[in-house]
Amino acid sequence: MAGLAADNLTCIKRDRVLFTNLSFTLSPGELIYLRGPNGAGKTSLLRILTGLSSPESGRLYLNGESLEATRDVFNQQLIYIGHKAGINGALTAMENLRFWCAQHGTAFVASHAYEVLARLGLVGLEDVPVRMLSAGQQRRVALSRLWLKPSTYWILDEPFTALDTDGIELLEQHMQQHVASQGAIITTSHQPLSEHAGPFTELVLEYRL
Amino acid sequence: MWKWLHPYAKPERAYQLCVTLQPYFLWPGILCLLVGSLWGLAFAPQDYQQGDSFRIIYIHVPSAILSMSTYVAMAVAALVGIVWQWRTAFMAMIAMAPVGAVITFIALFTGAAWGKPMWGTWWVWDARLTSELILLFLYLGVIALYGAFEDKQQAGKAAGVMALVGVVNVPIIHYSVEWWNTLHQGATISKFDKPSIAPEMLWPLLIALLGLALFIAAVTVMRMKNEIIRREYHRPWVKDLAARALGDDHAV
Amino acid sequence: MNTLINGIFKRDMALAFRQRSELAQPLMFLLMVITLFPLGIGPGPVTLQKIGPGVIWIAAILSSLLAMERLFRDDFWDGSLEQYMLSGQSVAAIAAIKVLVHWLVSFLPLVLFSPLLALFLNLTVDMYVALMLTLVLGTPLLSLVGAIAVGLTVGLQRGGVLLALLLIPVFIPLLIFATSAVDSAALQLPYRAQLAIIGAMLMLAMATAPFAIAYALKVSQN
Repeated sequence: MAGLAADNLTCIKRDRVLFTNLSFTLSPGELIYLRGPNGAGKTSLLRILTGLSSPESGRLYLNGESLEATRDVFNQQLIYIGHKAGINGALTAMENLRFWCAQHGTAFVASHAYEVLARLGLVGLEDVPVRMLSAGQQRRVALSRLWLKPSTYWILDEPFTALDTDGIELLEQHMQQHVASQGAIITTSHQPLSEHAGPFTELVLEYRL
Repeated sequence: MWKWLHPYAKPERAYQLCVTLQPYFLWPGILCLLVGSLWGLAFAPQDYQQGDSFRIIYIHVPSAILSMSTYVAMAVAALVGIVWQWRTAFMAMIAMAPVGAVITFIALFTGAAWGKPMWGTWWVWDARLTSELILLFLYLGVIALYGAFEDKQQAGKAAGVMALVGVVNVPIIHYSVEWWNTLHQGATISKFDKPSIAPEMLWPLLIALLGLALFIAAVTVMRMKNEIIRREYHRPWVKDLAARALGDDHAV
Repeated sequence: MNTLINGIFKRDMALAFRQRSELAQPLMFLLMVITLFPLGIGPGPVTLQKIGPGVIWIAAILSSLLAMERLFRDDFWDGSLEQYMLSGQSVAAIAAIKVLVHWLVSFLPLVLFSPLLALFLNLTVDMYVALMLTLVLGTPLLSLVGAIAVGLTVGLQRGGVLLALLLIPVFIPLLIFATSAVDSAALQLPYRAQLAIIGAMLMLAMATAPFAIAYALKVSQN
């Protein structure tokens, strides 16, 4: 079984059951669009997949092996971009990316990073403290990681927030390329994915009382 | 070796265990407390130096000893919870915390009340009283930390870490305070330095100690039952339980 | 190791120097608290010498509570902490590095500051040497143990006072041993025992605290 498999996940937050016995597989070459109303547990599910929080019951498997045992391997192949961007406002875009790459053990080539930032429309803003940038520009800095760290699994929580239409199109195209080259993505989004994102599977979470 | 314990990690089993244990703790506890304190307060002989005022030891000493032991028990529960990831262990821990805090307060209060005839003042920075006071702070810290989280599962883990930090510190605090006390006060009369205690004074003390221990266990078990119900009220087994309890009432 | 130095140590150092004014505030607080004592109690040199060690240590503990709060706060709220946890590095090692940087930028200045404090409170040279030694051994202990409680309270909106409530009782033994070392120095008595005990507590904290901090941070993420 290639891919990231969730087996019978149950999540309870603050004594409310978000989902029970949820099973699915995220295979390489697949884009899963996770949908559901607010409070349905989309973010909780994504955080469980990353390992940041643990489910009430159920297990995760990576390529058929328990994820607990292969956590290090998984982390090397994972990029998670959550609600919180993970970008420090006092550091510049370049510094943020350099330190992030160092933490994740990814080789950092400055010229490549400048190129990526330029592609994301941040020319001239590379050495400005990120807090000076607009919300959409900060989001672009966070998303530039998707170009910097080679990895199979992308777990994205509302990646399109604060992006303008150009930005959305750019990201969707990048997602499509990633899937085409045997990447695997699970993403949430409050607005439907457009045709730029390529084919996708839907996973719907219901709101439970 | 500890396999037999594992089923009790499930809240439902833990609840049943609490129900089973409660009467064994509660009634003997109350009985021992009554016997111990009546014997100690009314029938044990007077102290030749302190007269009747020494009789407060029948409350002070058990509560002082058990305030420390309850903290250690709390830390053990926290350790079990952290190592084996049992939710019920954290529930047990937090069930103990306020009980321990009250016992610590009783030890402090009776210690202070004893100080009045002994030293002529309500509060002396005596080593034991000071470490009891710090112990009370540790209890309050754990309770406050638990109360600060909305997600009670997270709260249990956080309070558990703090209980463990505290328990590492309890002996250090105890000895450091004792040492500080000897440095600053020189030779004061320590009220616990009696080389021996007459058996007719010792027996009621031991019975009161046992009684208080059982009573603390009983209150803990009762609080734990409540905690389990409060946290699991959406689970089917709690609903069944409630339905059965209601049914019984109607039958009566 | 390289990843930790390049990814965490250099980053936190860069951040610290960019937020210099925020770092200076606890130190200014310390200085002002110490100024209050001669004003409140009277400037008699003998009195000051008697209360000096205790005052300096109490002020150090209080100011450390202020300084400590920022240890993981920004990383938690901007999501950097999530990224550390998914970086594949050991969270305990990351926490240890962060505590080290925190000590370097907020307590090392305090140690360097201490001659001034000793002068204010009329400490003798012997007392000053003892004070310096207790600060060097004791403040890393404050950082390590404090970081556990910071990790636990970082996700709470109003964690500041709670942090103080959790930590003050835990710091009492350190206060006792540190002040008693300085007191012994004042009487020309040996104070190696006190230093040894503080050193032992520091070793214990160094061995265990990083794991406790890592667990605390994981709990806060949940």
